[in-house]
Amino acid sequence: MTERKTLTFALMDAPYESARTTTALRLIDIATKRGYAVNVFAYEGAVMLPFNRQQPHPNAVHGRNVEEENHLLTKDVVAALMKAAERNGGKLDWVNCGLCVDERGAGEAIEGVRRGSPADFWKLAEASDNTLVIGTR
Amino acid sequence: MARYLLIESRYSFGASEADFCRDLARRLATADNRVTLFLVQNGVLPARAGAHGPGFADLVRVGVEILADDFSLRERGISSDRLQPSVKPSALDVVIDRLADGAKAIWH
Repeated sequence: MTERKTLTFALMDAPYESARTTTALRLIDIATKRGYAVNVFAYEGAVMLPFNRQQPHPNAVHGRNVEEENHLLTKDVVAALMKAAERNGGKLDWVNCGLCVDERGAGEAIEGVRRGSPADFWKLAEASDNTLVIGTR
Repeated sequence: MARYLLIESRYSFGASEADFCRDLARRLATADNRVTLFLVQNGVLPARAGAHGPGFADLVRVGVEILADDFSLRERGISSDRLQPSVKPSALDVVIDRLADGAKAIWH
């Protein structure tokens, strides 16, 4: 049986702007599949990742309707990661920076996302086996 | 002996910022630390055989392990037989392995 570890990730990129987001979500996916306790502190644009008002859209350029386009929404990815963590005996604790949320009007996050501050990031990192900060630059 | 994981996600065609992880990896390994340099995203581009740049053989000589994310390689159409011999393709799981083992990790 895999030892349950606790890992914390700090993310800063907004959705759909950087390959870093894809890599970060892949890392979280691996950790949740192992049943680890995973903490995410979303800072700056990353607070939009679990924004609940994200909408799928058609793609007129490619002649696809909404269903055919099957646009990936990061809020759905975050929700799926939370479910996977729970299914595997772990937990994904997603903390959005409150001031970053207010600045962006991003208060309507999916269920399970909580509001915090950089002080929470410090507490999460202190209580973790390791922490990875994925900065924008 | 401390363990370090340096994650290089950038490739800027010889610009000095892309040398950050190379230089740090060399210095840490020379100081008897165990170092893994994990290439991801555009960071895998200089791992191609024949890519312009200093390559990674010098880092391997001082004990640095060089790994390249297999997903990033596939995204860029780089097959494992087109890599420099000093670079090994790897699953991203290695990053989680190293984090779980307590390696000091830096993303660049």
